[in-house]
Amino acid sequence: MALSRAASSPSRAALLKPLAAAISSSLFRRSISTDTTPITVETSVPFTAHRCEAPSRTVETTAEELVGFFRTMALMRRAEIAADSLYKAKLIRGFCHLYDGQEAVAIGMEAAITKKDCIITAYRDHCIYLGRGGTLLDVFAELMGRQAGCSKGKGGSMHFYKKDAGFYGGHGIVGAQIPLGIGLAFAQKYKKDESVSFALYGDGAANQGQLFEALNMAALWDLPAILVCENNHYGMGTAEWRAAKSPAYYKRGDYVPGLKVDGMDALAVKQACKFAKEHALKNGPIILEMDTYRYHGHSMSDPGSTYRTRDEISGVRQERDPIERIRKLVLSLDLATEKELKDIEKEVRKEVDDAIAQAKESPMPDPSELFTNVYVKGYGVESFGADRKEVRAVLP
Amino acid sequence: MAAAVFQGFGASTALSLSKSFDSKRVKLPFGRSLSERRASFVVVGSDGRVVLDSSRARKLVTNAVATKGDSAAATSASKPGHELLLFEALQEGLEEEMERDPLVCVMGEDVGHYGGSYKVTKGLATKYGDLRVLDTPIAENSFTGMGIGAAMTGLRPIVEGMNMGFLLLAYNQISNNCGMLHYTSGGQFKIPIVIRGPGGVGRQLGAEHSQRLESYFQSIPGIQMVACSTPYNAKGLMKAAIRSDNPVILFEHVLLYNLKERIPDEEYVLSLEEAEMVRPGEHVTILTYSRMRYHVMQAAKTLVNKGYDPEVIDIRSLKPFDLYTIGNSVKKTHRVLIVEECMRTGGIGASLTAAINENFHDYLDAPIVCLSSQDVPTPYAGTLEEWTVVQPGQIVTAVEQLCK
Repeated sequence: MALSRAASSPSRAALLKPLAAAISSSLFRRSISTDTTPITVETSVPFTAHRCEAPSRTVETTAEELVGFFRTMALMRRAEIAADSLYKAKLIRGFCHLYDGQEAVAIGMEAAITKKDCIITAYRDHCIYLGRGGTLLDVFAELMGRQAGCSKGKGGSMHFYKKDAGFYGGHGIVGAQIPLGIGLAFAQKYKKDESVSFALYGDGAANQGQLFEALNMAALWDLPAILVCENNHYGMGTAEWRAAKSPAYYKRGDYVPGLKVDGMDALAVKQACKFAKEHALKNGPIILEMDTYRYHGHSMSDPGSTYRTRDEISGVRQERDPIERIRKLVLSLDLATEKELKDIEKEVRKEVDDAIAQAKESPMPDPSELFTNVYVKGYGVESFGADRKEVRAVLP
Repeated sequence: MAAAVFQGFGASTALSLSKSFDSKRVKLPFGRSLSERRASFVVVGSDGRVVLDSSRARKLVTNAVATKGDSAAATSASKPGHELLLFEALQEGLEEEMERDPLVCVMGEDVGHYGGSYKVTKGLATKYGDLRVLDTPIAENSFTGMGIGAAMTGLRPIVEGMNMGFLLLAYNQISNNCGMLHYTSGGQFKIPIVIRGPGGVGRQLGAEHSQRLESYFQSIPGIQMVACSTPYNAKGLMKAAIRSDNPVILFEHVLLYNLKERIPDEEYVLSLEEAEMVRPGEHVTILTYSRMRYHVMQAAKTLVNKGYDPEVIDIRSLKPFDLYTIGNSVKKTHRVLIVEECMRTGGIGASLTAAINENFHDYLDAPIVCLSSQDVPTPYAGTLEEWTVVQPGQIVTAVEQLCK
C-alpha cells in the first residue's frame, strides 16, 4: 500500500492530471493512509430529526479513515460487480441481491461502532459481511456454494453470518430479521454489556407488522436497539409511494425518536450511527432512515428498469455516488492524488479477482454435509434416505 | 367385504364432494360406475349452478392425459389447440375468469405494474385496473387477511404469495380465518379465496425460499389443496379453484413455469378433487404430484426398458385425496410407491400412506414405499440441493425392490 515516492520524476508529473501536478509540485505532501490528525468535514445535507435533537453536521474524521473508506467502498463495489458477472456466468445461482450504491451505509456504520455491537440485516448482506471483517474468499466461495464459504456452501447469498464479529445475518424473509434484532438488543441489555444492536431493513419491509410489534417492545423495555431503514425507494418492484402511505420512515416509530440521514454520504452515516449508539444506550430505541439508492435491480433476476428510468439511475450515479463523493473529498483535501486512488482501485480489483480464482478452486460440499448441522452435535437422531432402507445416517 | 367397504367409502367421499360445492342444487350421482365418473367432470358456476357435461368431458380428460410423450399428440387429436408455457396457461385461466366474473380480483406483491414475479399476472393490471390487480405492500399477514375479509362479503380474491414460503407469515390468517370461518359461523360465510404461489426446490434459492408447505397446510380443516403440474391442468385447476366456493390453495412449482404444452382452445375446467392418470400400467402404482411427476416419468422410461409396467397417477388434489382413482389403481396393481417432494415427516406422502393403508389394506401385496425429500433445510450448494429431493435413480431402485 505504501506509495513509492522514489518514482517522483518529471515523467510522473507529466502523467498526472493538472490538479495533481500542481499538488505534487508543492513542497510537502501528507502521505496517504497513515495520517490521523483530525479533519472536520461538514455533511452536505442536514439531518432531519423526529422527537430528538439532530446531531451536528460537522463530522470529525482523519485522512486515514477517509482513504480507508475509499478503499473499502471500492472493494465492496468491485465485489458486487464481480458477483454480477459470476451470476451471469451461472456460477452463482438462485437469488443474488446486490448492494452497489448503498456502500456508504455499511461503511459509515462500521466506522461508528465496535465488533461487540451487533448488526443484523436482510438478504442484501454481502457488503455488510465484508464490513464486519469477512474475507472476499468467504463471500465468493459461499456465493458459488463451495466448502470454503462462510456457511460452508449451505446458506447461499442470503445467509451470510459471522458470529465472532457480531454479524447475525443474512435473512431471506422480508422483515423477519427485525424481531431478531430486537432480541439481540434484549440479550445485550440482559447481559449489561454496553453494546447496541443495529437491525437493518428496507423500505419494503417497513410495511411489515412485525416491525411495529418489535418497535413497541423495544420502546417499552428501553432496549438498546437501533432500527436502520435502508430506504432505497423501491420495495422489490414497487416504488415507495405506491406501497407506503407515509414514506417518512424515520417518523413511523411515532413514539420512538427518528433521524433521517443522507445514506450516500459515509460521514453522515457515521455521525448518525455514533449519535444513535449513544442515544440507544441511554434512552432506548431509535430509528435511522438512510436515504440511499441501489443501482442494480432488486435481485439479479430483476432488470431494475421496468419500474424506474435509466435516467434516474444514471442521475443518481452522477450526483450522489458514495465512492465519488469520498474521492472528491479526498482530492479536495489533498489527502491523495488521483493516481494513488486509481492505484487503490486497481489493487482492489486484483484482490477481488484473486479471491474469485481461489474460491473457484474450493470444492463443492461433500454429500454427507446434507445432514450436518441440522441439530447441534450429539443428539444421535437418525435420518433415513429417500427409501427408508438403504441410507441410514445418524445426524452428526 | 372389501368391496363393500370400498363402495361405502366411495359414497362418503362423494357426499363430502357435494358439500364442498356448497349448493343445495348440486346433486352428484353417487351410483355412477367408476369409469363413467372418471370420464366426466363437473363444471360449477360461481352461482352454484352445476353442469355435468360428460360429452365434452370425454373428449378432453381421458384423451389428453395419457403418457407424457403422447399428451401433445392426443390433445391435438381432439381439436388443434394452442401451445403455451405453464405460466401463460395460468394467466389465461386467470384472465378468462376475471373476464367472466367481475368479482374476481388479484392481490399480491408486484402483481400489478410489475406483472408478477413469475409473469402470471402480466398485462392484467393494464387491462383491469389497479384495484382489481392490486399491488400490495410487503405485508403477507395483513393482505392475506384482507383477502379473506373481502371474500367473506362475496368478492373472489386470488392472493398470490411471491413464494409459498412467505405464506408462513400469513399462516394464522389461513388456518384460523380462511379455514374455519365457514364452520364457526354455522355456514353463513363462504370464503371463495384462492391462495396460490410457487414453492418447491430447484433453483438454488436457499433454505427459506425452497419450502414445500403442502405438509404445513394439509391439516387445516376447511381448505382444499391442489398442485398443478402441466399447462393443461394448471389452467383447468386455476379456473376450478376460482369458481370453487371453498378456500383453495394452489401449489405451483418454481421449476415448472416454463413447461410448454398444447392445450385446447375451448374453455375447460378441471375437477379440484380428481387425480390424473398419467400412464396406465399393471405392476405398480406410482403416486406423485407437481415436479416429481417428471422425475417419475423419467424413471418410468427406464423401468419400461427393464420390463416393468408402472401405473403413474398425478394425484393433483392434495386435500382431499382422490381415493377413487387411487383405490382403483391399488386394486389393480397391489403395490404402491409414493414419490413426492414434500418433507418426509408429516408430509403428503405420510398422510397418503396412512389413508391407503387404512382403506385398501386388503389389496396391498407389499408395504407402501414413500420416497420424499430429506428432512433438512434445503442447502444452497447445487449438489446438495439435488440430494435433498428424490432423483429418478432412486425411484427405479424403489420400484425394483417393491416388485421383487
